[in-house]
Amino acid sequence: MADGMTITIDDRTISAQPGQTVLEAAQAAGIYIPRLCHREGLTPGGACRVCVVLVNGRPQSACTLPVTPGMVVENDSPRMHEHRKRIIEMLFVEGNHFCMFCEKSGNCELQALAYRFGIAAPRYPYQFPRRSVDASHPDIFIDHNRCVLCARCIRASRDLDGKNVFQFVGRGVHKRVGVNARARLVDTDADVSDAAVEACPVGAILKKRVGYAVPVGMRLYDHAPIGADIEAEAKA
Amino acid sequence: MAKPKVATTSLAGCFGCHMSLLDIDDRILQLVDLVDFDKSPIDDKKHFDGPVDIGLIEGGCCNEENVRVLQDFRTHCTTLISVGDCATMGGIPAMRNGIPLAECYAEAYLNGPSVHNPSGEIPNDPELPLLLDKVYPCHEVVKVDYHIPGCPPPADALWQALVALLTGKPLALPYELIKYD
Amino acid sequence: MADNKRKIIREICQSCGDDPTRLMDIVRAVQMRLRCVDDEAMDLIAKAVNTHRVEVAGVVSFYAFLADQPLGDIVIRLCDDVIDEMAGSKYVAEALRSELGIDFGQTTPDGRFTLAWTPCIGMCDQAPAALVNDVPVTELNSDTARRMIHELREHMRPELLVTRVGDGNNAHPLVQSMVKNNLRHAGPVVFSPVNRGEAIRKALAMTPVEVIRAVKTARLRGCGGAGFPTGMKWEFTRAAAGERKFIIANADEGEPGTFKDRVILTERSDRLFAGMTIAGYAIGASEGILYLRAEYAYLRRYLEEVLAARRAENLLGRAICGRPGFNFDIRIQMGAGAYICGEETALINSCEGRRGEPRNRPPFPAQHGYLGGPTAVNNVETLCCVTKVLEVGPGTFSELGTGVSGSAGTKCLSISGDCRAPGIYEVPYGTTLRSVLDMAGGSEAAAVQVGGPSGKMIAPAEYDRRICFDDLATGGSVMVFSRRRDLLHVVSRFLDFFIEESCGYCTPCRVGNVLLKERVDRIRHRRGNTTDLDYLRELADTVKLTSRCGLGQTSPNPVLATLEKFPHAYTVLMPPNGNGALAPFDLEAATGDARAVVHRERQHSTAVEENRNG
Repeated sequence: MADGMTITIDDRTISAQPGQTVLEAAQAAGIYIPRLCHREGLTPGGACRVCVVLVNGRPQSACTLPVTPGMVVENDSPRMHEHRKRIIEMLFVEGNHFCMFCEKSGNCELQALAYRFGIAAPRYPYQFPRRSVDASHPDIFIDHNRCVLCARCIRASRDLDGKNVFQFVGRGVHKRVGVNARARLVDTDADVSDAAVEACPVGAILKKRVGYAVPVGMRLYDHAPIGADIEAEAKA
Repeated sequence: MAKPKVATTSLAGCFGCHMSLLDIDDRILQLVDLVDFDKSPIDDKKHFDGPVDIGLIEGGCCNEENVRVLQDFRTHCTTLISVGDCATMGGIPAMRNGIPLAECYAEAYLNGPSVHNPSGEIPNDPELPLLLDKVYPCHEVVKVDYHIPGCPPPADALWQALVALLTGKPLALPYELIKYD
Repeated sequence: MADNKRKIIREICQSCGDDPTRLMDIVRAVQMRLRCVDDEAMDLIAKAVNTHRVEVAGVVSFYAFLADQPLGDIVIRLCDDVIDEMAGSKYVAEALRSELGIDFGQTTPDGRFTLAWTPCIGMCDQAPAALVNDVPVTELNSDTARRMIHELREHMRPELLVTRVGDGNNAHPLVQSMVKNNLRHAGPVVFSPVNRGEAIRKALAMTPVEVIRAVKTARLRGCGGAGFPTGMKWEFTRAAAGERKFIIANADEGEPGTFKDRVILTERSDRLFAGMTIAGYAIGASEGILYLRAEYAYLRRYLEEVLAARRAENLLGRAICGRPGFNFDIRIQMGAGAYICGEETALINSCEGRRGEPRNRPPFPAQHGYLGGPTAVNNVETLCCVTKVLEVGPGTFSELGTGVSGSAGTKCLSISGDCRAPGIYEVPYGTTLRSVLDMAGGSEAAAVQVGGPSGKMIAPAEYDRRICFDDLATGGSVMVFSRRRDLLHVVSRFLDFFIEESCGYCTPCRVGNVLLKERVDRIRHRRGNTTDLDYLRELADTVKLTSRCGLGQTSPNPVLATLEKFPHAYTVLMPPNGNGALAPFDLEAATGDARAVVHRERQHSTAVEENRNG
């Protein structure tokens, strides 16, 4: 560990490597920093803001910020917990998240975050936006009602699939994921084996004909919260 | 000492949450020992007799009658609990929120595949409550004290919540009992 | 027709070297020629510049002045600023609506006119104002608006609407605009007379490092509002590794109530271009970009001519002032209607032909900016100050303020709203808000918004605070509100602006501002309760703390400022027993649609009500 350094996260001093982000260094040390738009193997986005931590008192997204020696990071404090809860609740009211019939339920990262944070109902009024579904592709469908605009599909398609099937169009409340065709996914070169399809944290991009395959009780987040695997490594 | 009173209702819901409440199995006997039911479909009581300790609301508000019943519950109940996804976020009925109301009426009374309506008119009987512009979660209409999500919430969640409230303990559901499906 | 379209697009792309980083210029040109960038155009452009179609769609849909459906031959964009509203823009809007027979957001069936609202166009001192294509039309009222439509129907040439030109260079043959400068108070820095080559020659007599040192000694700080030390920014950019370095002048002022850059560009562009050239010399850049907001397109031809004149005098180009090896030139990059592009990394994305979304930092532009090269982005006013620093020397410059620590020189304020003499005031740093209000005839103000919607709302008790970096730091906007104004309405309109201009990249800004507005409006409509005040504070807190860029980090400021300084504005609207248990749900409003559909009269339901109660 010639180039190593130490940083402090919530009173724990951990070692970190140059080039790591705060999120990566924490994870390597068994500390889970909640995140949604981050996915291993993708360029960090810094979009969802769930991973925002205080670094030497200043808010920064842990997924984009490189470590520097001696950094003091506030992650799991009551106030950051509260900010994160509010962001997760914002995402729930922004879209139309009908968990009760969503194929992704139980394996959904947004839902899992809400479970982890013990959210029984968002405090904000539901926006009930009008959004569309694109079922044109034979093997994939896009349900914009569930999209959280995390850009994971965009980055995966561009960086891993080399296809640029997706890109944001519009801005602000009108922002949505557009496809590389006039309107329909079927007119792009999207394929069901694309990394972009796997990358969706919610039920916005799904493979057809494989929904509900895993029974309730055996799904990813039925029994243990998201991030528990990372934290388990610290204890092991 | 009189037993605490519980009232329940189903607004724009499917009664599934009430079924889940009955799903507490033999604990229903303990529940009957613990509380008296006031206005509720469980005892088929239509009106409040007086103040009630706990009100359980299933379903969101899709029409004006739902709003009045909910307000009535808020007025009578010390603690009001939204039970299930319809009460907490609108649920399946709220899927109509993306559709213009006129189209909803037309589908129900004029164009739906199973509709037989030779008059070709949307009925306007004053006994038919007017639909709201959208389906509202209960806490957007009145103040709601607690939420128990789920479609329906697990019977254990309802049981634990009731026991906690009746014994004056904080209502904090464990990880496995907060589920949205 | 289709062939012709193909030909036009091919020509436009070729004129931009089929370069995808010039996408902004391409789509702007296509929009101008074809009135939109439609599906077919996007396909053709993507093919020509070898990019993905969805990238083109992403750009076109990002900028407010671009459209994928045909706009009218004449697009009338009426400024929807709160200041314009105070000046009567709704009467103008009503006149335009009835005269054209369309609503805002619509195009007349004959395809001749489109009517649209647009955020601040930088004419608050001559409001209500509109852009008719590129032509600013100011001081409108319902009569002049009607007459304007009649005239346009006759000739369809917006430039003919200008029958009387404004002062100064507004009368220049290449500008010919009715816009007035309203330069009420010219100070000794930005608006002092300028000699085209003096400062550059003085700079060239020094080494680049000495120039940076002079700027640091002068204690010059960025005038856009954030106040980062200019010399330090240049030092970083100079020190960063990179063959190609860039200097960008940020002329994308869009914060409502800000219009100082417009007057600087009109009257002192030579001072700006000299500052850019000096910056280029100091950081080792040979390329400069003036990022000009689309709303100021009417100044473009004039500015191009100033640049040409500077080239002719060897103040731009190769071996400037005979100095071998010092090559520097400036191009103008037009924006297309996006306030967020005033954020420096969003501006860089826009210059590269991308969606104007801010970037993650680090890396900072000084290390990795335009086209990956080290880039210094400076405010127009800052660069004008640079020229002054070189003209008079850093010592003299730093003494031009009123001596408040940390703030040297002057600040150009754009004052608008409820005051007798709205316009531009260049005042020494350290001037009190009170004396600013006295100068502008706004001493009766009940509240003053300093620094635009994202800035600070100031109550009368604080009018002795000073315009300077350590107190009232501002990009220049000063909006004056009299007692007649409804402050919560102002807050709501400010939030409208942020909702409209949020890029939507990050959650708290995209969603949080909408939620803030919902709750402020709920309170305004007397349906709030006292718990809503903490709700607002907490929500505002999260939006500020977790948003990715300055927009979301400051957009809740109007809410927080009014809650703190004008709490009465909220509490007076609370229902007497508003503890929230029976939140005053508006059943009447919620059943309005249903009543219309089933044709139910109001008394029916009352009868049922009585029946039930009886």
